[in-house]
Amino acid sequence: MAPAAAPRTMLGKIWDEHEIMRHPAGPSLLYIDRDMIHEGSFHAFADLKRRGLKPRRPKQIFGVADHYVPTLGRSARDAASPAIAKMIDTFDENMEWGGVRHFGLTSREQGIVHVVAPEQGITLPGLTIVCSDSHTSTQGALGAIAFGIGQSENAHVLATQTLWQTRPKTMRVTVDGALGQGVTAKDVMLALIAKIGAAGAGGYAIEFAGPVVRNFSIEARLTLCNMSIEAAARFGMVAPDEITFDYVRGRHFAPSEQEWDGAVAHWRELVSDEGAVFDREVVLDGAAIAPMVTWGTSPEDAVAINGHVPDPSAFDSADKRKSAAKSLDYMELTPGTALDGLKLDKVFIGSCTNSRIEDLRAAASILKGRKVVIPAIVVPGSTQVKEQAEREGLAATFKEAGFEWRESGCSMCAAMNGDVVGPGERCASTSNRNFVGRQGPGARTHLVSPAMAAAAAISGCLTDVRRL
Amino acid sequence: MRAFTKETSGVVAIPGVNCDTDQIIPGRFLKADRAQGYGQFLFHDIRRRDADGELDPRFPLNKPGADQATILLVEDNFGCGSSREGAVYALVDHGIRALIGPSFGDIFYNNALKNGLVPVRLPVELCDALEDHLTRFPEAQVTVDLEAERIVLPGNFGTHPVQIDPFAREGILRGLDEIEMTLTYKEQIQAFESARIASHPWLGR
Ligand code: SF4
Repeated sequence: MAPAAAPRTMLGKIWDEHEIMRHPAGPSLLYIDRDMIHEGSFHAFADLKRRGLKPRRPKQIFGVADHYVPTLGRSARDAASPAIAKMIDTFDENMEWGGVRHFGLTSREQGIVHVVAPEQGITLPGLTIVCSDSHTSTQGALGAIAFGIGQSENAHVLATQTLWQTRPKTMRVTVDGALGQGVTAKDVMLALIAKIGAAGAGGYAIEFAGPVVRNFSIEARLTLCNMSIEAAARFGMVAPDEITFDYVRGRHFAPSEQEWDGAVAHWRELVSDEGAVFDREVVLDGAAIAPMVTWGTSPEDAVAINGHVPDPSAFDSADKRKSAAKSLDYMELTPGTALDGLKLDKVFIGSCTNSRIEDLRAAASILKGRKVVIPAIVVPGSTQVKEQAEREGLAATFKEAGFEWRESGCSMCAAMNGDVVGPGERCASTSNRNFVGRQGPGARTHLVSPAMAAAAAISGCLTDVRRL
Repeated sequence: MRAFTKETSGVVAIPGVNCDTDQIIPGRFLKADRAQGYGQFLFHDIRRRDADGELDPRFPLNKPGADQATILLVEDNFGCGSSREGAVYALVDHGIRALIGPSFGDIFYNNALKNGLVPVRLPVELCDALEDHLTRFPEAQVTVDLEAERIVLPGNFGTHPVQIDPFAREGILRGLDEIEMTLTYKEQIQAFESARIASHPWLGR
C-alpha cells in the first residue's frame, strides 16, 4: 500500500495544482488563472508593446477602472485634472488594444477591482489570481491564491500567463469565541496587526480560521483578507464552505449550472487537511476584541476606542520609539489623549476594505434619524453595490443624514482621483492605510469600521459605536 | 535590466520603520511615463518641509554629497504598503543600486529584484550599529558583492553573507530578461494550459 500523503494546507494544494514546473534554482512556475488590470497597470502594457507582444490569454484578463475615476460624475470630463482624465483614456485604449474585457467608467459592472472581481464571479475558489495592486489579497477570501504584483510581474503574466514564485510560509490565524456587539472584521484585523505588527506576517500566507471566521459572511471575509497585506502577508485566505458556494453560484463568470456540482466537489477538497502543519499559529480571542481605531501612521498603531494615545517611550524598540514620536508629531496628538472624543474634520466610508453592501448597511443602521455634523462622504465599492443600496433605501438614509452619496471608485482611499483630505485635516476612514499623506499631503487618517465611521460623522469626533 | 555584480559606495541612512511605498513615491506622481525619469519623485514629500515646499536640510538625502551614494540603509519593513513599482523606479532612476535593512515589504522586494536593485537583509542590531557608525563616519563605504554573495561593512563590522534566492541572483548578475527566459518553456506552459482549461472550461470563456 502506498504511504498516506502528508496532510497539506489549502495553500499547498492550490499551489501544487498550479505548478507547471520547478526551476532548479528554487521557484515554481505557477500558472495564473486570472489577472485583473486597473489604470495604474499602464507600465506593464507599455512593456508589452515595447517587446512587440500581445496579452497571451485575453479572456483570462479583466480590466476595471477604479483608482483614478471621478466620483462626482461618470465621464472622463468629470476627472479632477486633464492628467487624471488621460489615465482613464489610456486604460480604455490599452484594454481595446489587448482585446481585454473591461469595465470602464460608464459600465454597470464598474467598481473597485477587489469588489468587482468577487461580484462578477471572476474570483473563485481554487484559482490563482493576480493584480498589480497589493490588496489583491482580498480575493483569497473565497479560497483562492490571490496576490498583488508589480508592473514587471504583470507584464510577465500578460505575456506568459505564468509567474515564477517561491512558496510562502504559512500562518494560521484562528479567531476563537464570538465577537461582541459593534465589533467587526475590520476590528479583528486591526487587533491582529496591533498584536503581530505591520511586518508580523512578512513572508507568510495567512489562512484565517476558527468559529468567528466560519460565521463571517463573504463580505466580512473579504475585509479580513484585504488587510492581510497590512500585516505584510501577501496572501490572505479563508477555506471555501457553503457560505462561499452560495455566494458564488450564478455569478457571471462562475461555472454554469451544468458544471456546478463538479466544481463544488473539487472545491471541497481544497480545504486544509486535518493535521496540516502551519509554520506559525496565532490565536485571537474574539470576545476580547473591542471596536478599534488607529492613532498613528501605520496600521499597527491601533488600539481599542476606549484606549489612549500611547507614550512613545513605552515601546520596546528604539526604532519604534522614534517612529511613534514622529507619527504623533504628524498626527498632532499628545500621549495620554483619550481617542474617544477626539475631534475630526471629515469622514470617509469606502475603499476595497469596507464599501460592500453589508458595510453600507452597518453604517446606515447607525445613521437612521440622525444628522452628520462634519463633512462626510460614502463611495460605494461598485456601481452594483451603489444600485443595490439605492434599492434598499440605504442611499436615502445616508443622504438624509447629510452624507454625500458618490459614484463608485477608490476615491479618498488613495487620493489619486483628486478626492483628498486637506492638509492638517483629521479624517475617520474605513480604508486600510493611515500612512503619512495617503489621503492627501498632510492628511491625518484614523482607520475605523463603517459603523464607527458613521458614529464619528454624527458626533464630529471619534466615538465608541457601542454607546449609540 | 541592468546587471549588478559588485557595488562600492558611501551609505545614506533613511530613518523610519515601516517606510511605506507612499513615502518613497506619493500616489499623485504615479501617472508619469517612465521616460520622464522617476528619480525626481523619490521621497518627494518626506524630503520637503511641506508637500510642495523647499527641501528640508535635515533629511539625510538632502545633505551635501548624499546624492553620490548608491546604497541606502533603511529600517524594518521598508517598502511595505502599495505594490506600486514606481517606488523602485524612483530609487533606481535616482541612482540607488542596493538597499540594506532588517526586512522589506514582500511585493517591494520582488519589484526591486526585477529591476536589478539589490535588497540586502541584515539583522536589526547590525543595522542599528551601522547607522550609529555612519553618524560618526559619514564617509564610510560599503561593498555589496553579489557575485561573491557577501557584503563588506566599514570599521570592524566585518563581512556578512548576502542571501538572495539563487534564481533572482542569477538573473541580476547576468541582467537577464525574465520574460524571454520563460518563453523558452512555451511548450510546457501550453500543455499545462490546455489541460487546465479543459478541466475548468469557465476559465476560457
Ligand atoms: S480602494 Fe484603496 S486600497 Fe483598495 S484598490 Fe483602491 S486604492 Fe487600493
